[in-house]
Amino acid sequence: MKLSAVFLLLLLGIAQAVAELSDPRDERRFNELAKTLRCMVCQNQSIADSDAELARDFREQVQKKINEGQSDTEIISYMVERYGDYILYRPPFNMVTAILWLGPFILVIVGFLMILRIVRRQEQPQADTEQQARLRQLLEKSADSGNESG
Amino acid sequence: MRVRYLLPIAVFLLMVAVFGLVLYQVSQGRNIKEVPSPLIGKAVPQFELPLLLAPQRIFSSEQLKGRVSLVNVWASWCVSCRYEHDLLVRMSRDTDIPIIGINYKDERVDALKWLRDMGDPYEASIFDYDGHLAIDWGVYGTPETFVVDQRGVIRYKHTGPITMEKLRDEIMPLVNKLRKAGDTV
Repeated sequence: MKLSAVFLLLLLGIAQAVAELSDPRDERRFNELAKTLRCMVCQNQSIADSDAELARDFREQVQKKINEGQSDTEIISYMVERYGDYILYRPPFNMVTAILWLGPFILVIVGFLMILRIVRRQEQPQADTEQQARLRQLLEKSADSGNESG
Repeated sequence: MRVRYLLPIAVFLLMVAVFGLVLYQVSQGRNIKEVPSPLIGKAVPQFELPLLLAPQRIFSSEQLKGRVSLVNVWASWCVSCRYEHDLLVRMSRDTDIPIIGINYKDERVDALKWLRDMGDPYEASIFDYDGHLAIDWGVYGTPETFVVDQRGVIRYKHTGPITMEKLRDEIMPLVNKLRKAGDTV
């Protein structure tokens, strides 16, 4: 009798732990948020991936705020206010992060311009038909004079 | 014609200069893992939590106002907290700068034993058992040390154990400056 009471209490405890985010929509929101927030003390892991103590605390905090009815942007700005943009895996576009966002595009454009220049330079001699005609003329001329003297 | 060869060399030299500068700073003790805190210049987070030594008493963020103080986040399980503890003890003895501790995710018995064994430099230690207060302070690597001014605004943050040099070159001058500025207001 006593044992079954203990067992029942245990079950209730488990049920409560699971019920922290009862709404599947909240669960989904939590998973999405946890993926976008960086575990500050890990090597490139989100707080969803990490087992670190701090990541666990961050998850707890996010969960708590979802339960309090806060929106995603409220939760994210709460974290950014305390830990800076570094906590975001998708940093916002501003003066500091401009090179991060634009760098790859600039590199692609520079690369494309370089290819364009190289290709143009290779095409140029063939396009210059006037010079080629003169060259052929000169060659023929020298060949003729060579025959005459020989 | 010659510009074409100069450009790659210039880019290369620029990269060498940038990497060299950062490596030099690291050799001079710059911590590249340190993330600049957005909390600097902001008011301390509002809180009310019990004290470590007197659990029945509540410490509120309001009590940080009115004077310049150091807020130090520590724990008995935190290994690098040991490195700075002696310095904090000496500071509490030799200067009149109040040090407020935030005891971070610690067991009360362990924390009390640590203070008994190693000395207690703290005017008061706030007991942050679940670590929620620390998240409000943007803590990610204990020990962390903050300088809070008379209006309760965070003016400085250091992650990791503070050293004699940090104390002498950064913290003390800042505290003195803030105190003087506070006198004239």
